[in-house]
Amino acid sequence: MGTPLSSGSTAVIIDRATRIFEDLSFSAAREWKAAQPGRKVVGYLPIYVPREIIHAAGMLPLGIVGGGDRLEVVHGDAYYQSYICRIPRSTVELGLSGRLDFVDGMLFPSICDVIRNLSGMWKLMFPHVYSRYFDVPQNYADEIGGNYYANELAELREDLARLRGAPITDEELCHSIAVYNENRQLVRELYAYRAEQPWQVPAAESHLLMRAGLVLPVEQHSEMLRDYLAAARQQQRPRRDYCRVVVTGLFCEQPPLNLIKSLELAGCYVVDDDLLLVTRWLTSDVPVEGDPLRNLATAFLHHSESTAAKFEPNPLEKGQYLVRAVRRTGAEGVIFASPSFCDPALLDRPMLQHVLADAGIPYIAFKYAENSGQMQPIREQAGTFADSIKLWSGQ
Amino acid sequence: MNTAAPAPKAAAKDVEKDASMQKQKAMMAAHYDRLTSAPETGAKVCSTFVPGNLNELIGCFDLLNNLPEVNAIQSGLRRISGQYVMEAEKIGHSEDVCTYVKSDIGMMSKGNIAPNGKKFPNPDVLLLSYTGCFTFMKWFELLREQFKCETIMLHTPYMGDGCFTPNMIEYMVKQLRDEVIPKLERVSGVKFDIDRLRERLKKSAQAEDDLVHVLQTARNTPSPIDAYFGGIYYIGPIFGAFRGTDDAIEYYRFLRDEIDERLAQGRGPVTPEGDMGQERYRLVVEGPPNYTHFRQFWKMFYDEGAVVVASSYTKVGGVYDFGFRHDSSRPLETLAEYCLGVYTNRSLPMRIDMLTNYVEEYRADGLLINSIKSCNSFSAGQLLMMREVEKRTGKPAAFIESDLVDPRYFSAANIKNRLESYFQMVEQRRAGARPAA
Ligand code: SF4
Ligand code: SF4
Repeated sequence: MGTPLSSGSTAVIIDRATRIFEDLSFSAAREWKAAQPGRKVVGYLPIYVPREIIHAAGMLPLGIVGGGDRLEVVHGDAYYQSYICRIPRSTVELGLSGRLDFVDGMLFPSICDVIRNLSGMWKLMFPHVYSRYFDVPQNYADEIGGNYYANELAELREDLARLRGAPITDEELCHSIAVYNENRQLVRELYAYRAEQPWQVPAAESHLLMRAGLVLPVEQHSEMLRDYLAAARQQQRPRRDYCRVVVTGLFCEQPPLNLIKSLELAGCYVVDDDLLLVTRWLTSDVPVEGDPLRNLATAFLHHSESTAAKFEPNPLEKGQYLVRAVRRTGAEGVIFASPSFCDPALLDRPMLQHVLADAGIPYIAFKYAENSGQMQPIREQAGTFADSIKLWSGQ
Repeated sequence: MNTAAPAPKAAAKDVEKDASMQKQKAMMAAHYDRLTSAPETGAKVCSTFVPGNLNELIGCFDLLNNLPEVNAIQSGLRRISGQYVMEAEKIGHSEDVCTYVKSDIGMMSKGNIAPNGKKFPNPDVLLLSYTGCFTFMKWFELLREQFKCETIMLHTPYMGDGCFTPNMIEYMVKQLRDEVIPKLERVSGVKFDIDRLRERLKKSAQAEDDLVHVLQTARNTPSPIDAYFGGIYYIGPIFGAFRGTDDAIEYYRFLRDEIDERLAQGRGPVTPEGDMGQERYRLVVEGPPNYTHFRQFWKMFYDEGAVVVASSYTKVGGVYDFGFRHDSSRPLETLAEYCLGVYTNRSLPMRIDMLTNYVEEYRADGLLINSIKSCNSFSAGQLLMMREVEKRTGKPAAFIESDLVDPRYFSAANIKNRLESYFQMVEQRRAGARPAA
């Protein structure tokens, strides 16, 4: 017999994260709100919002990433043609079915035209809810994009201050930045640990932990990550002869959990991914001294993840982040998993593939939907990929 | 998305053309000749997009403007876009993405031949005017990969809250002043002269006045124009390479006189088969047309006596009918405001307001949406827009689906059926609205 299940064992932590993940009514967030009168919840969609500002307003940032494969979409399909991805229709479903009726505000980040247009739909469908299209600069000069973004952040700060009925102070913002710095450090630590020993952190578990971070207050999430890391280091899981892959394209509509599990079952350890980038969008700590909004803006411009929703001004840098992720994690290949009809993922894909080809990194590609049920073809494709990588590296 | 001068593929004899149409065709042909002869003349070429097209600025650097969306439309009209799209898919582009991009990329891999049969020159600069459509950003990253030329990003923030703010204008003006202009100077070797820009902006405003006049003649019954199928011809020069030039002033004055004359004579729109018969239905259309079957699509309307009195598509390269004009006294600010205001950069509630306004102002029988399969910018949210406009105007709306330049998604029978039932619905509504005998 190994260690008995303590509240700190990975199984117990993952069990809790799974319950949060499966709960389409967001009970954890509802409970947080109900615990004190006057508390407010602000929802946000992929790909990134500065959660620090919501937190500084004393509100709970709630990540909304569609309904997955467990939500029956009854009304949502009446809002979208068949050739539009799934996430907006299941998000509309969440709204219309009352599952978001406790949400006081919604932020729609600049990621693509579907979420952009959804911001306007939300204003019409839920006129009593504060909603904002959250734009970010595509110009990375401090005096140009930086000023613009700092002013946008100031507008958001004012909006949220109005919503709570009191200004948000610099101290509050700096404190929230510190809290999120800590959370991001833990996320990075988890990712680094997984890259080093992927058998110790199955991809599905890592994903469930990140998903919990969309719903839980950040302090609780940090505690969960800390506990998980400690527990994971305590236990030795069997190491298999799997190949190591980076999975990319998952930054918005979520793949079913089964898809992530299938990749590992097919012999691919996932050593990096672009799931829920909001949890680690800023790649280094944001200074807690000085002007907090300027600090957030500078971090966005110069220390943030690369992804399809951002313009890459330097042609030589295009896609290099993926090559670096492969090198950093010791991956042997890349899996492009993209939601069907996803402009950012699918338009970017050929360019990224060219970069990988030039770097001699093998890849495969497939599409999914959040409610894809059939995993067999994906499992077979990933299995064949894993075999070919092994064959290749054995030569 | 966008617009061009369609040159329907039909024998010349059965295509009825107004003088303005002939003139417009000649202008477009001359532009293609200028482009394809660039290697001999030494002219430099700037590729850019129709929405947020800074033609006045491009002209200040003596650069020739090449619009890949318009080239895709030309390929669609000449029925060769289908093979280009398939070619792009063969080399790894997804079947799910915008077919303009794939038509463009497929065309390049097949020799990059312009409508005049000569090779397009490679661009010297890609002016990525990022306005109203996410695809633009990736499209020019793809072209940059191919042509390895200077690529200039001009980011236009989205009007998510239904207005633009001083912060947005300042951001855009700074981009123009500190990045776009210096880079265009470097590529072209021509020093920027703000007076030259002012001059061009004045010319733009003049042509814009005449264009708006023409579009608004559709308020009359019968309408002397079709503001969608015909409108696409009318916007060609101003949305393309001619805004800010004497040619555009001349063309729009000519067009205005021609349309005024039709109006005075009580004539309806001209169609490829001559004057349209009796006006039976007045429609507002949202969304781009299909180009691979442009004439067939149009015919489904005029055969039924349906005229489009206002359309959103003819606003993608600029919305002028609510008062905006390029203002030479604020040259950079006005360019920013122009980019911010293009149709697809407007929030969904703004788009609904516009369409509602059109149904009412142009006394239309209702709204028809042509939803484009591969265009999220236009299409995402259109079902809600349809219901909202219906609710606000009390007029029936209908929804059809096709694609811009991918012939695989044009189902003539389906569209015809939908249109017929829609016209029946309009009739029933009218009968219902009539007082009982
Ligand atoms: S899945 Fe892709 S296309 Fe759909 S909303 Fe997300 S980023 Fe946009
Ligand atoms: S996605 Fe739509 S708006 Fe964008 S380039 Fe394609 S057709 Fe035009």
